[in-house]
Amino acid sequence: MSPIIEVRGVTKRYGGLTAVNDVSFDVEKGEILSVIGPNGAGKSTLFKLISSFVRTSAGEVRFRGQRISDLAPHVVARRGVVRTFQETTIFRAMTVRENVIVAHHLRSKATLAGFFLGTRAARADEAAFGASADDIIGFLGLDAIRDEMASTLPQGHLRALGMAIGLATGPAVLLLDEPFAGMNHDETMRMVTLVRRLRDERGVTVLLVEHDMPAVMKISDRIVVINFGEKIAEGTPAEIQANEKVIEAYLGSEDAAIGM
Amino acid sequence: MRSILGVTAFLLAVFVAVPWLIAVSGRWDFYYTLTSVALLSIASAGVWLTFYIGRINIGQGAYALAGGYVSAVLITKAGFGFWLTLPLAGLFCAGLSVLIGLPILRLRGVYFAMVTLVLTEVMRLTALALPVTNGAKGITSIPLPGELSVFGLVLIPDFASLENPKLAFYLMAVTLMVLCYGALYRIVHSRLGHLCRSLQQNEELAASIGVNTAWLRILAYSISSFFGGIAGASFVAISQSVYPSSFQVADSVNFMLNCFLGGLGFVFGPMLGTLVLYFGWDLLFTTGRYQLLIYSSLLIVLMLVLPNGVLSLLDRKGVRR
Ligand SMILES: Nc1ncnc2c1ncn2[C@@H]1O[C@H](COP(=O)(O)OP(=O)(O)O)[C@@H](O)[C@H]1O
Ligand SMILES: [Mg+2]
Repeated sequence: MSPIIEVRGVTKRYGGLTAVNDVSFDVEKGEILSVIGPNGAGKSTLFKLISSFVRTSAGEVRFRGQRISDLAPHVVARRGVVRTFQETTIFRAMTVRENVIVAHHLRSKATLAGFFLGTRAARADEAAFGASADDIIGFLGLDAIRDEMASTLPQGHLRALGMAIGLATGPAVLLLDEPFAGMNHDETMRMVTLVRRLRDERGVTVLLVEHDMPAVMKISDRIVVINFGEKIAEGTPAEIQANEKVIEAYLGSEDAAIGM
Repeated sequence: MRSILGVTAFLLAVFVAVPWLIAVSGRWDFYYTLTSVALLSIASAGVWLTFYIGRINIGQGAYALAGGYVSAVLITKAGFGFWLTLPLAGLFCAGLSVLIGLPILRLRGVYFAMVTLVLTEVMRLTALALPVTNGAKGITSIPLPGELSVFGLVLIPDFASLENPKLAFYLMAVTLMVLCYGALYRIVHSRLGHLCRSLQQNEELAASIGVNTAWLRILAYSISSFFGGIAGASFVAISQSVYPSSFQVADSVNFMLNCFLGGLGFVFGPMLGTLVLYFGWDLLFTTGRYQLLIYSSLLIVLMLVLPNGVLSLLDRKGVRR
């Protein structure tokens, strides 16, 4: 079977700075693939290129064989490639449940005019979104804070909510940028399990950027390593841990611990 | 349940109590004041909707002016009846705002606000320059709204034949106001409103959940401008004339202040804001040359004390809208 995502020679230049330089790799359907690398290596930029939030300077990204680079981000989301943000981004002035419900936008069958008039299709959508939102909230263990204002939530819950928002869109591929940041060990392990279940139970292909190496090694099927915008290695967790170049890159930087 | 009671009470007040009180007290001049408040609050409702997608709109006067001219020109030059020109004025403004909005709605914050501020002035200069608008002399002696009938059934009588056109204009204005605010309420409480809120709170995230943010902004802005257009057309019908100065930058600023004052989190905020601001200004008229000074100071104090508007007083327990 052909890969679900093909990254082909993708490059992004900001003025004189090349944030991502000629990076290529494939992502298989149903895979959990992590992108790691020191701070400023270009990981977030790579995710923005894949979700088409920034334009490529060269190269292209294909989803199910079709080019998605340089389309409007909402079009790429509509196709099924959805990104969550490194910064905890949620709709602050909505409750948890409202956040998840509004994120069901892509699944509406009724038109906006239909929603305005309250047609039968619109009411059916509303009911379906409510049920699906409750399902997702339950899946991520957010029941207890369902009606809390998002702005009042602690970090760990915000990450989970960000993931809930991503899930609500019904993605084929979900890109998670540092989903475990700011979490303690227990929270991280819980999220690792959740991401696994996301793939196992919902068939979502997951790409993630993460600094927490034990978590990355535990969760990933494969790992792509980026340094100074370039791909320096690709392989299974065991291969990456044994890779000379990777160890070198990490020893040369502040986040020294690549091992366990 | 409470909201049904509230709406009923409001409808009784504007359609029954007010006309009765005016008849009893003989203060017929109040009709003009209240008609103005109702129409201004429609224009303000439009501005409020632009706020709802996170844009500060100080250009509603431009659309009120454009709507007024569209109605006046269609009536005097093309022989249209007023009732047909009313929706046409709104649609014209909605269409115009799509053309204007396409480039400017990409701007955010103070940049968007500044461009819209210029818009009213541009519209005034356009009205001065175009032949069809008759320059500075404006369009005058516009006939009163005629009869509106469907299949011979008279829905609205010819205003010129009425003993009391003031009452008729008042009823027309509050009916329009009720319709507009009803529509606004539905927008805000339907999915469209939820999407607007998502846009207001985080445009990037909205795009990532698949919202066509550019399109949604245009949609909200054109509805907003539609409200401005019909408010302007109605004003022109009352004064039976329109000049390039009929709606000025100060009016645009007031529309925005009405929203601030009434509360950006409340659909009915701009209605209350318009009422308070209009009467506040009139009351201050008695203070002569200090009028503007007192008015501005009061506004600043109010915004500092109640940054979310007067209606936020009801909201202290965290009950939203
Ligand atoms: N919008 C931008 N404009 C200019 N430079 C940028 C922009 N976004 C990222 N960069 C630069 O690109 C490089 C990679 O950034 P980023 O992708 O955020 O790294 P990472 O997520 O791996 O820490 C950094 O040097 C950063 O300063
Ligand atoms: Mg990053």
